[in-house]
Amino acid sequence: MAYSEKLIDHYENPRNVGSMDKNETFVGTGLVGAPACGDVMKLQIKVTPEGIIEDAKFKTFGCGSAIASSSLITEWVKGKSLDEAGSIKNSQIAAELALPPVKIHCSILAEDAIKAAISDYKTKNGQGEVEAAE
Amino acid sequence: MQRARKRVMLPDKRVSEEVLIMNELKAKPIYLDYQATTPTDPRVVDAMLPYFTEKFGNPHSRNHSFGWEAEDAVEVARGQVAKVIGASAKEVIFTSGATESNNLALKGVMKFYGKKKPHLITVVTEHKCVLDSARHLEQEGYKVTYLGVKDNGLVDLEELKAAITDETALVSVMGVNNEIGVIQPLKEIGAICRERKVFFHTDCAQAVGKIDLDVEDMNIDLMSISAHKLYGPKGVGALFVRRRPRVRVIAQITGGGQERGMRSGTLPTPLLVGFGKACDILSNEMAEENARITELRDYTLKKFRDRLADIYLNGDEEARVSGNLNVSFAYVEGESLQMDIKNIAVSSGSACTSASLEPSYVLRALGVDEELAHTSLRIGIGRYTTKEELDEAIESISVAVERLREMSPLWEMAQEGIDIKSIEWAEH
Repeated sequence: MAYSEKLIDHYENPRNVGSMDKNETFVGTGLVGAPACGDVMKLQIKVTPEGIIEDAKFKTFGCGSAIASSSLITEWVKGKSLDEAGSIKNSQIAAELALPPVKIHCSILAEDAIKAAISDYKTKNGQGEVEAAE
Repeated sequence: MQRARKRVMLPDKRVSEEVLIMNELKAKPIYLDYQATTPTDPRVVDAMLPYFTEKFGNPHSRNHSFGWEAEDAVEVARGQVAKVIGASAKEVIFTSGATESNNLALKGVMKFYGKKKPHLITVVTEHKCVLDSARHLEQEGYKVTYLGVKDNGLVDLEELKAAITDETALVSVMGVNNEIGVIQPLKEIGAICRERKVFFHTDCAQAVGKIDLDVEDMNIDLMSISAHKLYGPKGVGALFVRRRPRVRVIAQITGGGQERGMRSGTLPTPLLVGFGKACDILSNEMAEENARITELRDYTLKKFRDRLADIYLNGDEEARVSGNLNVSFAYVEGESLQMDIKNIAVSSGSACTSASLEPSYVLRALGVDEELAHTSLRIGIGRYTTKEELDEAIESISVAVERLREMSPLWEMAQEGIDIKSIEWAEH
């Protein structure tokens, strides 16, 4: 299977690998996928009181496309508001990395991961506050 | 290769290109996928060459010397193949490879004996071509029993005995598994089948040249062989069909009636000469070769175990062919591992290498957890593998596993003492 240069670059030099303290109130954590399916993504965001994603970290168990998809989305969400980050579509990730059809599920997982992280943050902090900050 | 790519970024373009070329020469890919195929032995190629050019006759031409010359060569090859499995030359039917041999054995026997005995027994870990032939037979109304395996990959002989009925015509159990390299107890299975008057077929594509085989001693009635798994050419194989007591098969390819009517088509003389030569080499060198390869395999496994935690050998450690290591590197997905070590040719049991999301059906049949099945690599050691190559592969795989574990949320959880099975995962 021939992969795009961008995908290989994200796989070989993944951005923002790491973990944040999931107990902090300004951290939102999304854990999606399943080990039995061969893909698990953990994506974490650090959110400012103004509702801007200041930092993002990931850890992924999965194929090269899954690792590259999560690396890419951590780059994209930094500096974005929660709503902006939440509106990223898997098709944008798939297009950027030129994912082959059998790997589209990796980009879906990355979209699910950011949505789960945002939802976790909102649950912790109360959704209204975030809306007001925009 | 990774090192090479980084050097290109140096400011002095001319120097960096030289370094790149040097590194690319150094980064010769390492082949550790001997179960997929083997390189043709140069001695085999030498033996084959004259039969493409000056000795090009059709072995079935009865009336001139070109034909006789080719026929003689084919019969020498038949004898060489027969010798390596303890058969007589007349019992060897040449085919295009083990897939065809397995099709002929299963469909051929069932269609001949099926009216009275419509029952076939095989095993869930067989090669796809056996399982698929069995499925086709099922669709045509034959009855098939798929035996499970124990967690070491071996067939339970009591289960086999219990499965045989008065309607059973054939038992088909592979000699050596292609994914996990476990050796089935052929002699015991042969004895059970003979006692119950059931034919015994074995797919020995991965077994010939790796383990001692004797169709008499093991009571084998049909055996599939592939040339390209034993340093011969691709596109040729054989089916051993016992003459006493006689086994009948319905031909699946009809035509000029070659191969005693069991397989029509002009025999490919150069391929057969190569197949024969490859078997001849095995007859002389097999014991020595397997001792060397076993030593390399044990060395490799020990090095991995010394260096990395949480690795698991799939399949029985003792009843195992010399050149096969199938190892799960827990918490690291197989395809991403392969991507990291692209200079090393190995196979993965992970789903991601195929279009389906299911991990290896062989590992699943052993009861290997799905998450561990996704983390498996098959490392195949063979005739041309050196210790230096293995050292390089061990280092490179270990570095990749360590890097990917640092990136793995499952590894992180395991280090924190969280049981992965306690989490409710959303299967997708």
